Amino acid sequence: MSKPVVATASLAGCFGCHMSVLDIDERILTLIDLVEFNKSPIDDIKTFTKQCDIGIIEGGCCNSENVENLRLFRKHCKILIALGECAIMGGLPAMRNGIPVKECLEEAYLNCPTVDDGIIPNDDELPMILDRVYPLHEIVKIDYYLPGCPPMADLIWNALVALLEGKPLDLPYEVVKFD
Amino acid sequence: MSEIKFTIDGKECTARAGQTIVEAASSSGVYIPTLCNYDGLKPAGACRICTVSVAGRNMAACTTPVASGMMVENNTPEINDMRKSIIEMLFVEGNHMCPVCEKSGNCELQALAYRYLMLAPRFPYLWPRRSVDASIPKLYKDGNRCIQCLRCVRGITAADGRKVFGLVDRGGRVRIGHDPELAASLGEEQAKRAMELCPVGSLIRKGVGYAVPIGKRKYDGTPIGGELERA
Repeated sequence: MSKPVVATASLAGCFGCHMSVLDIDERILTLIDLVEFNKSPIDDIKTFTKQCDIGIIEGGCCNSENVENLRLFRKHCKILIALGECAIMGGLPAMRNGIPVKECLEEAYLNCPTVDDGIIPNDDELPMILDRVYPLHEIVKIDYYLPGCPPMADLIWNALVALLEGKPLDLPYEVVKFD
Repeated sequence: MSEIKFTIDGKECTARAGQTIVEAASSSGVYIPTLCNYDGLKPAGACRICTVSVAGRNMAACTTPVASGMMVENNTPEINDMRKSIIEMLFVEGNHMCPVCEKSGNCELQALAYRYLMLAPRFPYLWPRRSVDASIPKLYKDGNRCIQCLRCVRGITAADGRKVFGLVDRGGRVRIGHDPELAASLGEEQAKRAMELCPVGSLIRKGVGYAVPIGKRKYDGTPIGGELERA
């Protein structure tokens, strides 16, 4: 039987959740035996080469590229996991959500104390910034949520093993934390 | 004083006349979640997290006195789901950024979310624009996290009994204001009490910071209400 295929992505996040995946320590050797990785920053595969079983996404959606990427994951993955605070509620990038985008851009690129003769970037190559940062479930359907900033390695491991074995997710009190 | 007999989820409990359901449940070792309720403060019935069902009718357990023969439903799937939805509503209608909050791990709202296993709120986030006020010498007041439980309003008073905090504005814009003079006169002990009274991280003491490391904070290992249930 072929191994379950896993893909991961980091959208508007800090990569901390991926670091937490690596924090499963030597269990990563077992993980490699259990699953095959497709598109992921871990193996640097840039595009999907096949349909995947599990997609793990860190970070929220702050620009058009994030939305595109997320929709691509929904299309190519049977199960989608929102990993970490940014994916679930927008996290730290969402601290800009109460402020109009114009004000944010002007503060960052024009009025910031370290800027001289700044311009607001407007190249066609750049993804369009969204009006606010969206959690994943406000854009596509998400099947599972693993909270934390980052989620604890044990939480990720327990959840992955449960999913691979077709059992209900194991979420003990000690590992489900929002910070 | 005669004893009142009543039941919570079929368990026989006793209470003294005048006790509320929350108080009587607590002395019988039954946990009813509370947020706006605080020992020693007059109940406000503001947050409704303690909602229980009595004879098919939902009521706030912190303001309802126990009556003889009352049959209270507390730990049922319907009531627990309703409580979870209240927690989710409180999360989406403020800006609760747990990773950057100094109260994280000691926060009652967060602890309730852990207890009822809130993974993602079912409601859309509202992202209100709220302000942070650092004008009080010993405290800073973060409107983003405020759930308007009124614990600071009821519990923090000046030496002559005047209230230091109070509600300002109405409806969606309602927020906690303060009297600048009285707030400036708050001493170290009162500031500490204010931070303890606040169930979330809305009132934070200045000059202290993250005093207790991750793993050793109040709700890191034990769920809220755990001590009561074990006793």
